[in-house]
Amino acid sequence: MDNVLEQYGHLGILLIFAAVFPSIPLIASWAMFKFGLRPRLPNAIKSDTYECGVETEGPTWVQFNFRYYLVALIFVLFDVEVIFLFPLAVALDSVVVTGLVAALIFIAVLFLGLVYEWRRQALEWR
Amino acid sequence: MTDLAQLSNVLGAWYDFRDLNNLQRLITEWIAEWGPDWLASIVTGVLGALGILAVIGPTLLILIWVERKVISRFQQRYGPNRVGPKGLLQPVADAVKLILKEQLAPRAADKLIFFLPPVLIFVPGILIWGVLPFGPRMSVADLNVGVLFLLAVSGTAVLVIFMAGWSSNNKYALFGAMRAVAMSISYEVPMVLALLTLVVFSGTMSVNGIVEWQQQEDVIFILLFPLSAIAFFFAASAELNRTPADISEAESEIVAGYHTEYSGMRFGLFYAVELGNTLVVSGFIATFFLGGWWLWGLDQWVPSWIILLVKTGAVYFLLIWTRGTLPRLRIDQLMSFCWKALVPATLLFVVVAFVERTLLISEGWDTTVALPIMAVFNIALTLGAIMLFARVARPAPLRRPARIRMAGTEIGGLRAARQVASRTEEPQFQVGGD
Repeated sequence: MDNVLEQYGHLGILLIFAAVFPSIPLIASWAMFKFGLRPRLPNAIKSDTYECGVETEGPTWVQFNFRYYLVALIFVLFDVEVIFLFPLAVALDSVVVTGLVAALIFIAVLFLGLVYEWRRQALEWR
Repeated sequence: MTDLAQLSNVLGAWYDFRDLNNLQRLITEWIAEWGPDWLASIVTGVLGALGILAVIGPTLLILIWVERKVISRFQQRYGPNRVGPKGLLQPVADAVKLILKEQLAPRAADKLIFFLPPVLIFVPGILIWGVLPFGPRMSVADLNVGVLFLLAVSGTAVLVIFMAGWSSNNKYALFGAMRAVAMSISYEVPMVLALLTLVVFSGTMSVNGIVEWQQQEDVIFILLFPLSAIAFFFAASAELNRTPADISEAESEIVAGYHTEYSGMRFGLFYAVELGNTLVVSGFIATFFLGGWWLWGLDQWVPSWIILLVKTGAVYFLLIWTRGTLPRLRIDQLMSFCWKALVPATLLFVVVAFVERTLLISEGWDTTVALPIMAVFNIALTLGAIMLFARVARPAPLRRPARIRMAGTEIGGLRAARQVASRTEEPQFQVGGD
């Protein structure tokens, strides 16, 4: 209970089991193929890229719409900033009013950032 | 050699279902008698992991039936009712069918990255079970940073989804993956902020500590921070790609989204992981906002994990309910709801939580008096925020379409044609003229 490393060790064990567990049905499926119960008959049509019956045009791996990257950038800004509030929240018992003032200034800056992005229309999905 | 007294001691502890920690302690003590320390730790860890898998495995099968049955009831159909009594064996039939199905891999796919996601996508979903407390201090890993662990691990699921979408080399899959990534990371922010209010108020990052705080103060967090609960609920259902926010696998737009190219059991795993994640997320909602294993002293009489299970089931039903009744939202609606409604509102409640917590600490108020007042204030603030949102986000009233005017055209039926023919001047447009 008290040993922190032991807890993480348990999580490590759980990680191994979490990777093995979904493999079981896949292995079962593979075994069914070995027993001849499951077909594997690929042909040119079947292993084509699915596009509702139409032949696919052009490469898929192209430069993508910019707005997705914009969202990712805003997310990184916000998430990293918000994570800084977690230690402060836990330590609030010892840094009572000072901590509150610090937190309020921090959140105010965060909120200013949000307002700025809103005004610059970075939050619009165009 | 165990004598009779020791055996009865063992059996007595074994039968005390309320706390599985007894079992763990017994095993640890038993191994410590003859084995090294690390063996006890590993054995208890393996048993915990097996216990969690023993919960997940059968529940996944049952949940497939529950989900389909409840959804079909919402849509006024019978749902599965052929295989077995009330269709209960339908999930087994599905699993057998999926195992026996051919697994296709597109020629153009990036093979290695294509084969990994069906397995990897299970990992975060199972790993966050590790910090879910089934009872007092009863979780696989009782981390003191459990909330951070939950957020960090659930965030990695996005990466796996993107692996699936990118490696398929399919345009639908790529669109689905891109949408899933954009939506998941957006809704991660209100999720983090909603949990931050709880961390601020309970002063601990341990999931178990948050439940113990609720037990200690005789209050559940949904009463203290209803808006955080609502935001977390919606953000979670967005992270799960379930129907109010399932644009990443919108059938009518992009076939099946990021798992378009997966077939057979690989598709089955993607299908199962959605249900499994929904279950664990409803477990966490029950833990954070509904008191988890604690229910006003009833946990002394009923095994705590049964209480958690009932609460989880209630939240799960709510998630199916939203899926069964709400229509799918557009991606721009989802994104603007996240950034313009949920993020400012949850940020406001973080401020409220900080201020109220500081007042509680520095003024030394009696919590039995102060907490109900704060709860009433927060509920009023939540209602105000929701009403403000409803006022601002009200859709524009439908405008009557402007009357169609025919400016000298030949369209408009026989009467119009006669009118045109009786005109002396030339019509402005002529069809088929020279």
